[in-house]
Amino acid sequence: MRFRGKLVDTACIQHFSRVLGTIAKLCKTCVLRITADKLYFILLEKVVSGGTHTWCEVTQSHFFDEFMLDGLSKEDNEIFLELVPENLLRAMKTAQVAKWIKIKLTKKHTPCLTVEVDLPTAIGLSRNVVHYISVTVLPKRLWSDYEEPEMPEFDVSIALPALKLLRNVVDKMKSMSSYVIISANHNGEMKLLTETEVALVCTYFKDLANPTWKSGLDAHFFRSPHRSNVDKREFFDVKVDCKKLAQFLNVQQLCPSRVICNLNANHLIHVTLLHDDFSLQYFMPAVVS
Amino acid sequence: MLFVFIIRMNGRWRCWKLPTRMALSTKHADDDSQYVLVAKMDNVRNLANILKAVHFKEIATIFASDLGLKITVEDFKCVQANAFIQSAVFHEYIITEEQITFKINLNVLIECLTIFGTSSLSGVLTSLKMCYKGYGHHLILMLEEDGVLTDCSIKTMEPDEVLDFDFCSTNVVNKIIMKSECLREAFSELDMTSNVLEFLLSPDPPHFRLSTFGNAGRAHSDFPKDSDMIESFHCTSTQVNRYKISLLKPSVKALSISSRVSIRMDNRGFLSLQYMIKNEDGQVCFVEFYCVPDEEEEEEQD
Repeated sequence: MRFRGKLVDTACIQHFSRVLGTIAKLCKTCVLRITADKLYFILLEKVVSGGTHTWCEVTQSHFFDEFMLDGLSKEDNEIFLELVPENLLRAMKTAQVAKWIKIKLTKKHTPCLTVEVDLPTAIGLSRNVVHYISVTVLPKRLWSDYEEPEMPEFDVSIALPALKLLRNVVDKMKSMSSYVIISANHNGEMKLLTETEVALVCTYFKDLANPTWKSGLDAHFFRSPHRSNVDKREFFDVKVDCKKLAQFLNVQQLCPSRVICNLNANHLIHVTLLHDDFSLQYFMPAVVS
Repeated sequence: MLFVFIIRMNGRWRCWKLPTRMALSTKHADDDSQYVLVAKMDNVRNLANILKAVHFKEIATIFASDLGLKITVEDFKCVQANAFIQSAVFHEYIITEEQITFKINLNVLIECLTIFGTSSLSGVLTSLKMCYKGYGHHLILMLEEDGVLTDCSIKTMEPDEVLDFDFCSTNVVNKIIMKSECLREAFSELDMTSNVLEFLLSPDPPHFRLSTFGNAGRAHSDFPKDSDMIESFHCTSTQVNRYKISLLKPSVKALSISSRVSIRMDNRGFLSLQYMIKNEDGQVCFVEFYCVPDEEEEEEQD
């Protein structure tokens, strides 16, 4: 098994660091799946600690100048590594102005990701910094745990408003209550509602887009069988953990071009962040009240 | 104390009908006649900042009258903060009763007022409409920023009697008005290992002295009366009084956003600190703190 990649462009390095920064904020350990054309960061949280699921897809060719992969075998040309994203992020942080960064899978005493950084100096000499980040290589029998999640069925799909505003609101709600109810309808309206013994707070967003999915998909994913009869104003509610939601909304630093939220009433929310060179899917189960 | 409080809250629940689904539009709000108090403002930060200045306890009592709002917060029955927001600060202020009084959870009120964030950088203003139907009802807040609406409904509580410090201007012995910045500096350098802060006000030098008595020794900050920072100085006799630092500390929030401060002491040694706070629209609001002197000091004087 061999893996080597080289990042050269500063913009790419910084963008890659931002992606890692987001992942590091969401979890302590994650699985990095490396394939010939994509990198995947996969987080599966245990049900007891919230049960969220994150699937982040990065197109390799947008970031790496050189990319070489020899996977497990010819048929399974992939590598699954378990790592602490915070460690990799720390290595990337020292490299914000680097001329290049090489990332390699190496074997020291244990399997390591070696991050080699070439930093410029004022007098033209180069400085090399090498980070060794210990990783665990996952055997093939565990791969199936980390398969791409299926798109869940949903009742309504809505484009989220500016994440910064949303985060402010959720942050305030978080300090009042541990739960927030997210509701949306087919009329481009969304509300966030939280209720405590002392107060009831509800924020309304309107004029949002209801993305349309391909007609074939539509029929498949919409739970409501007679969609034409559905009242456009009917709201579908999902009650979720406010802290988790606030944590997730920190991904605003990625400046995604589109954020779409699918709601499956009383079941889960599925948020998709879309950007040119990466996408992030986030599944958060509903809290049963 | 706590027990009584909970029962009262429970009592109030009975009259609270939970609006499970609020109407998305605020059409119902057009009919303001059902409310005894309707107040609107264009920039909610003008209200939120003043409330934050007196936010050292969870519960506040709000008095509303023709003149505006008064928010009172007390602690240990020894210190009281009053924030005054005169009706002119609101762009619309309608009150149909002579006086309205209720208690409210200040934490929640401030969180609600700042729900869209506190940053003033974005240049977007949050407007507020505040309504109250009368005794036993919730305080309703409607906030709007850039087309996004937030409705809040906050439970109100039975008002308690607030302390009357009986601080009368005719009994004031010493009074100083000064710019806040130098007092702010002096407060930030206070030795927090000291339990008390001693105020000395005198017609003779050192005129105005703040002293602490901490682990590392005593420290004095002197402000001579001819300092540029002192704008008016009316001291008739020498007074030395000690106040618990823990009681004075909450006033630092108000001090930090104020432009002027008036320090007064009456013949019983009660201290009044009045802060003049200019809001973002240049209007002036006041926050005042009353504090009782430390008892030991009084015994010594006797």
